[in-house]
Amino acid sequence: MPLLCRVTIMTLLALVGAGCAGSGDESVNGEVLVSAAASLTEAFNVIEDAFEDANPGIDVSLNLASSSNLREQILEGAPVDVFASANTSNMNRVSEAGAVAGEARIFAENTLQIAVPAGNPAGVTGLVDFANQELLIGLCAEDVPCGDFGRQALDNAGVTPSIDSNEPDVRALLTKIEAGELDAGIVYVTDVISTEGGVEGVEIPENQNVVAEYSIAILVDAPNAEAAAAFVSFVMSDAGQGIMGEYGFIAP
Amino acid sequence: MSETTARKRAHRPPALLIALGLIGLSVFVIPLVGLLARVPWGNLPELASSPVVIDALRLSVVTSLTATAISAVLGVPLAWVLARTNFPGRSILRALITLPLVLPPVVGGAALLFALGRRGLIGEPLHAATGLVLPFSTWGVVIATTFVAMPFLVITVEGALRNLDPRFEGAASTLGADRWTVMRRITLPLIAPSLLAGLVLTWARAFGEFGATITFAGNLQGRTQTLPLAVFVALESNRDVAVAISLIMVAVSLAVLIALRDRWWRAL
Amino acid sequence: MTHQPSDQGLDASFTIRRSSEFTLDLSIAIPRGRTVALLGPNGAGKSTAVAALAGLIPVNGGQIVLDGRALDDSEKGRFVPPEERRVGVVFQDYVLFPHLTVAENVAFGPRSRGMGREPALARAALWMKKLALDDLAGRKPGQLSGGQAQRVALARALAIEPDLLLLDEPLSALDVATRARLRRVLADHLTQFPGPRLLITHDPSEAFLLADVIHVIEEGRVTQVGSADDIRLRPRTPYSADLAGSNLLSGMARDGMVQIGASRLQIADHGLEGPVLVTIHPRTISLHRGRPEGSARNTWETSVTLVELLGDRARLQVEDPLALTVEVTREAVRDLELTNGAPVWVSIKATEIGVESDYPATDPIS
Repeated sequence: MPLLCRVTIMTLLALVGAGCAGSGDESVNGEVLVSAAASLTEAFNVIEDAFEDANPGIDVSLNLASSSNLREQILEGAPVDVFASANTSNMNRVSEAGAVAGEARIFAENTLQIAVPAGNPAGVTGLVDFANQELLIGLCAEDVPCGDFGRQALDNAGVTPSIDSNEPDVRALLTKIEAGELDAGIVYVTDVISTEGGVEGVEIPENQNVVAEYSIAILVDAPNAEAAAAFVSFVMSDAGQGIMGEYGFIAP
Repeated sequence: MSETTARKRAHRPPALLIALGLIGLSVFVIPLVGLLARVPWGNLPELASSPVVIDALRLSVVTSLTATAISAVLGVPLAWVLARTNFPGRSILRALITLPLVLPPVVGGAALLFALGRRGLIGEPLHAATGLVLPFSTWGVVIATTFVAMPFLVITVEGALRNLDPRFEGAASTLGADRWTVMRRITLPLIAPSLLAGLVLTWARAFGEFGATITFAGNLQGRTQTLPLAVFVALESNRDVAVAISLIMVAVSLAVLIALRDRWWRAL
Repeated sequence: MTHQPSDQGLDASFTIRRSSEFTLDLSIAIPRGRTVALLGPNGAGKSTAVAALAGLIPVNGGQIVLDGRALDDSEKGRFVPPEERRVGVVFQDYVLFPHLTVAENVAFGPRSRGMGREPALARAALWMKKLALDDLAGRKPGQLSGGQAQRVALARALAIEPDLLLLDEPLSALDVATRARLRRVLADHLTQFPGPRLLITHDPSEAFLLADVIHVIEEGRVTQVGSADDIRLRPRTPYSADLAGSNLLSGMARDGMVQIGASRLQIADHGLEGPVLVTIHPRTISLHRGRPEGSARNTWETSVTLVELLGDRARLQVEDPLALTVEVTREAVRDLELTNGAPVWVSIKATEIGVESDYPATDPIS
């Protein structure tokens, strides 16, 4: 998707809040509203198509934003069927509020990578460079999973970063890095892959890196619980997991 | 019908108008009440004086005032050119100036990034020549807010200049006033109410700007995180802080608008 | 700020193309100390002339020379902007600056020309005194009556001590009673102004009373130049002939009668007393072969001194005892055998005689 569209859609969706309501139809038919973390964009788009092909009666709507934003929407009563979060802490907060039906499940894992503009103009080699005040460094906002994880990684590396911007979600961060307006940022491995060469990745060694556990759950107030269940099953199935793997996610 | 009843009837507005008016009023009042209902009054002083809030307030005040000042210095001459000169393409120029009013602010911010970012059309040579980086800086906030707010000033002042009877300026020049004196002693004083209205609208727009700021200037406490950005971030982490900041924004805005009373509104 | 103008006054001969259908072609010379009126209907081009002389618009051809100095010369490409001309303009509707007090309005010109604030206000005070505006110094234009505003506009223009005074319909915004009063005030100040003065008006009484020479302008062209008498008695175009009140006389009113020289006319207004201006439209005067019967109060026998045929109409002059111009149809001339020297009876209804109080210069005005 072109840069302009991504930025516009991300922020507009984040601001709009609750997505469209479900049709209320209780058979394995109708609409399913899935709130999914921004980093799942490409993978879940493909999963959506595959799932709809396999279940012609169901129409999936994806509401993509930062997991913390999605959490707030759900807590405020957004009529969401499925929540796919980029970390367990956001899912836990939803669960503690009693909004989760049954159990949340880990369906994928992700690790972090440093993203730099194509060609790595600032010559970033590791997290150590994040302390360099001359570079323009971006992170996800603290409450956003990738922001939280990114700070943990920096902590692990013993680096005090000189941050220039806290972006509202990982896609906004990625967009600015791809445009060359930021010299480096911390995103997920899957994000770097999703840009298809738009940004380059610089490895974060295992001892500094953080594993993000992606969690999925059906919500108690889901307008279409049956279809929601079908969707979650699909994600956990070989087909779904295969798609996740193609986009760089690690199996749980 | 007795005479007094008839007279009372004549002075009271029709019931339908009152009803619709009340509904219209509720559009403004209900969200405000919703906000006030969530305010953690007990913690308010502590929340309002936290560094996040103080930084955001300072940034918002400084950048919105700066943006207003720049809008005035550049906007008044621009309005004058639009109102008083006649050149081909003038209507296109006017449409361009009105564009930021129509575009979603995020689009505006993105456009600024493409133009003035480090890899931007003008930003790149600028950076190469001077090392100047505009995004992710406080000046970036000023630029973003000026971009979205200046059209208000230009439009208000242009309208005022158009409505000004040109004979006043003609009379002044026959009395011996050169162009600057005419501008200073006749034109500007006569459009002063509209100018003030324009400044207030411009400041209000700049104060509340979000999309262009977060897209172009980024989000960093103390440097670019203005009050609207702080609310956005706080909504996801600390609801109470978000509500406190929202309350501060409402309070500041109300204070300014009430202080001006009707003086600026009448000129619109 | 001493200024030594030459004796030459205004010498302007120019054309302005206002639209594809309308061109103003004006040649006008006004010596110092004289008043010229540009008299014509609305749309004749009078305001365009004012704008050109003031410098608010450039001419398309010709030149404007004031006291030997070219203000606008289309051939040589010379144009002096309005602020550098020394032309005082009293605008129609006055155009007083609403945000400034009367004193500041009057002081505006001198201040803009470089005077300091205090000297400018002193100069303004001088002129306000001359026009009886002292009490109004602190008021704003919005608080003034029509007559007061007119005097402020005049003071404002005079305060810059201009080389040329332009008055664009100075009295037209006023009601009839105020107009009559202020006409005299204006006449006095005009005569006191040493330079050339140009009065623009559509009101013939104004032109006749205030100007030495009248240029009648119609559709961008001057159709007649002459004194008040020339225009009244020997009009060249139907418009000139139509100018209402072409008979204008001064007299003393009392008890429903007006004394004009040795003659007395009966008028309808019994309340009027003192000096008056009498207007009798040529068309309202009837002529008869013998003594007329009927209700007309004013009849006398005289003889025709001049007959002029103008299309379907004819203008005749009678002189003894009152010099009047009479307008009748061509047929009437034939039927009554009205030729030069022919005896005729004149009859004028009292109700057809227009009478206005004429105010002497010393009359206090509010």
